[in-house]
Amino acid sequence: MQEFLNYLNSNVTPGQAGAYVWVVIYILIIFAAVSLAVIAMNWLERKILAHMQVRLGPMRVGPHGLLQPIADAVKLLIKEDIIPEGSDKLVFWMAPLVVVMTAFTTYIVIPFGPTHAVTDMNIGILFMLGVASLGTLGIIMAGWASNSHYPLLGSLRSSAQMVSYEVAMGMAVVSAVLMTSLTGAGVYGIGSATGDGIGTLSMIEIVRAQMNQQVWFAFKFFPLGLAAFGIFAIAMVAETNRAPFDLPEAESELTAGFHTEYSGFRWSLFFLAEYAAMIAVSSIAVTLWLGGWLRPFPHWLSGDAWDTAFSFFPALTFFVLAGMTLRTTLRMPKHPYFKIQKTGLAVFGLALGAIGLVLLVPQVRDRVEDIYWFTVKVAAFMYLYIWYRGTFPRYRFDQLMKLGWKFMIPAGIGVLIATALVGVL
Amino acid sequence: MADILKSEQSASSVEHIEAEKGADQPFLDATELILNMGPQHPSTHGVLRVILKLDGEKVLNTECVIGYLHRGVEKIAENRTYAMFNPYVDRMDYVAAVSNGLGYCEAVEKLLNMEAPPRAQWVRTILTELNRIASHQLWLGTHALDIGAITPLFYTFRDREEILKIFERYCGARLTTHAFRIGGCQYETYDGFEQDVKKFCDFVTPKVDEYETLLTTNRIWLERTKGVGVLKAQDCIDLGVTGPVLRASGVKWDLRKAQPYAAYKNFEFDIPTGQNGDTYDRYIVRIAEMRQALRIIRQAVDSIPEGPIMGKVPKVIKPPVGEIYHSIEAPKGELGYFIVSDGSTQPYRVRVRPPSFVNLQALSKMVDGALVADVVAVIGTLDIVLGEVDR
Amino acid sequence: MTPVATPYFFYGLSAIAVLSAIGVITRRNPVHSAISLIFTLLALAGLYLMLYAPFVAGVQIILYVGGIVVLFLFVIMLINIERMEREYQFNKQWLVGLLAAAVLGALFVAVYVKGQGIFPHNAVRFPEQLNTQQVGKMLYVDYLLPFEIASLLLLVAIVGAVVMAKKRI
Repeated sequence: MQEFLNYLNSNVTPGQAGAYVWVVIYILIIFAAVSLAVIAMNWLERKILAHMQVRLGPMRVGPHGLLQPIADAVKLLIKEDIIPEGSDKLVFWMAPLVVVMTAFTTYIVIPFGPTHAVTDMNIGILFMLGVASLGTLGIIMAGWASNSHYPLLGSLRSSAQMVSYEVAMGMAVVSAVLMTSLTGAGVYGIGSATGDGIGTLSMIEIVRAQMNQQVWFAFKFFPLGLAAFGIFAIAMVAETNRAPFDLPEAESELTAGFHTEYSGFRWSLFFLAEYAAMIAVSSIAVTLWLGGWLRPFPHWLSGDAWDTAFSFFPALTFFVLAGMTLRTTLRMPKHPYFKIQKTGLAVFGLALGAIGLVLLVPQVRDRVEDIYWFTVKVAAFMYLYIWYRGTFPRYRFDQLMKLGWKFMIPAGIGVLIATALVGVL
Repeated sequence: MADILKSEQSASSVEHIEAEKGADQPFLDATELILNMGPQHPSTHGVLRVILKLDGEKVLNTECVIGYLHRGVEKIAENRTYAMFNPYVDRMDYVAAVSNGLGYCEAVEKLLNMEAPPRAQWVRTILTELNRIASHQLWLGTHALDIGAITPLFYTFRDREEILKIFERYCGARLTTHAFRIGGCQYETYDGFEQDVKKFCDFVTPKVDEYETLLTTNRIWLERTKGVGVLKAQDCIDLGVTGPVLRASGVKWDLRKAQPYAAYKNFEFDIPTGQNGDTYDRYIVRIAEMRQALRIIRQAVDSIPEGPIMGKVPKVIKPPVGEIYHSIEAPKGELGYFIVSDGSTQPYRVRVRPPSFVNLQALSKMVDGALVADVVAVIGTLDIVLGEVDR
Repeated sequence: MTPVATPYFFYGLSAIAVLSAIGVITRRNPVHSAISLIFTLLALAGLYLMLYAPFVAGVQIILYVGGIVVLFLFVIMLINIERMEREYQFNKQWLVGLLAAAVLGALFVAVYVKGQGIFPHNAVRFPEQLNTQQVGKMLYVDYLLPFEIASLLLLVAIVGAVVMAKKRI
């Protein structure tokens, strides 16, 4: 028991410290948090997309549709499980499993803080890219198991797209990894950083390198870091089959998406895996280019006063959210029909406020700060995903592949070479 | 393609046809694949069946099978009096019902050798141009949705609501308005009609700019629409294609200027044309037409003359023996009515020249050599309404 | 970190590798055989991890499982599927196969027994944390020429494939 609690004072991840019970606890927390995040994403996507489209979105199921994801989950669970007749039952069963497992396995190395990762592999980023490419297999198996030409074509197209954009992602990632081995601080490498000049693939070390070099890698060597970040940001949207690259899912008249034949719970697994993969690749982008868990301007605005000021942000966010919720409660219609909804929304608002109060306690503030900044940055990416879906038309498949092979990969190689040259000089 | 006609009876066509070709052929070899975009379809704007002959991903040939919405409107006309047939006309192109009514009423008025009073002509022009904007808005929303941009649909439909509100206040119906009568308009403009129309024009002018900011310079939109579905000017003329499709190919032909009807000769407006005749040009032409329509409406609303709203028409309409062809510029193209009268109260023959029917014949020329994903975009850009194609 | 339960992991991973490899050659359905190949390669990646070579394990997953097996599956699925299951099976030659396997097994045993000196016993020459750096150094400094020649070969293969496939778009 004492050993169990001893871990709380150490400054390494539980995997490295060998504290297996804590590893299990962290995994459970991450699993719960990711599931909660996917549920929240479902609601957020429908609401944000609706507001962009001059409509309201779900409003009925629970106050302002807050219980809509739960209703959707219940509906999916009670649906009939249909297995197509000539399909390969083993592969049909295995496909959603593979996709979900790979999507969730990537969370082992994501650093929510300097010690808040399940483990810190020294090939962290390589592991994430590898497991992401395993997800492609699940999609191919899903299309195959549907025993129909059109889902098969759709799944092959989808996986061809994912494989092509993985190469571009890899190029961008290598550019960022190159930057970890630099010894110059600041945007153009003038001044000295407190690092040892050895590059690393470990996620936590990448963020530490950004801290030592006092600049987020997105702004390092000014246009180059941004270019690499841009290439990754576009390739990750294509990797997760989201708009504007969602032709395999949306061309419903000709090649039905790979998950057509899946119904009920199996479909919800694909859906869960898609959103979990979105969050995972956004986490890679945040870790590699946007400074991971670092707060904005850790060196420029340094010192205890600034640290304390920034540490109030989590509580502030929750207070703002609680305020918005309570204001909406007051503006709800004054008809007795809405009584239950009003009370529900008020309770939700008060709960948010209570969490905000808890976050004011100093010990909690220190530990939560890193997780908060990481989450805020990932949330910004999620908003961008939804924004893209609302704004852009779809690419045609050959234009998509042309973009991947003829533009992204040469651009990625160019940025890589340029970064290497500038880094050496 | 005789084998396709044989298999028309079956709704599920792909497996049936493939079985005829021999089951041993590999799936994706270079032989032809026949694909059926069936009558029920998210992207074919109504019940249109398109049979595509594909080579892998490229389209070799298309054949449209129509008639799923045929209601025998022209035959019905032979058994109705001229005034009784008026409501049927709205249901053909149900998106732009006011234009249909205008064409029919003017055709019968020509047969009767009379003209509607000026006030009626002005009101007719205003309502027809409002309907042009509504039709183009619906087109824009659904076309963008086919290409994948899901947001413009909501914006255009929301703004179209304002036009439908004006129609409802004027004649009681939003879609199938039956707004005009033979000899003029039935209803006097309601109190506040001019203010409503002016308010609408001010409301929608920045909205058209908003549609443009979403799409016109969007790189993905440009890649999906530039060079897609090109139709050269000579092909347009040969096939009889009219409307924005013709104007986007470079031919400056608009019946409102060439053979003015209603009150159009009193207003000044431009005819937007394109150059290349591809999908992008058709988009630009229709957006510009929306702006020109607003221009006409503003001029018209400021100058509505006083006077009777309904002309002197006998109680029983019995046109003299003869025939007439009268066409107007509907939002989709040249809408023509050929009416043969044998002197009785019911027409001997009413033949409607629907613009969508003639434009649809250009489909196979436009998708020749294009990819399958472009077929959807091209069907959208032709702006067809199956009610008109099938009547 | 001290390694934990090494024999269990070793025997477990080896068993998965061997059984999946047997699955690859005995499955009738080619897609099942490709999936068994996935398990074999994943077990190999685990064995690399046990040899303190995490970089090689990661790259094995990315390239072999995420690239090559995906390509296998593409090809299997794009060829006419129904025809394959009725194809003529070549298993009639099983006697010759048994003989060849026996000879190969004898060869392996002979090399192991006679050549004990080749394999370093329990010596981990490079530390685990620097595996990536060491592999990089070997590839780009010590063995640069074979590396470049190998990449040139791959380029030739890619160009050849594109040229052959180009007519059928």
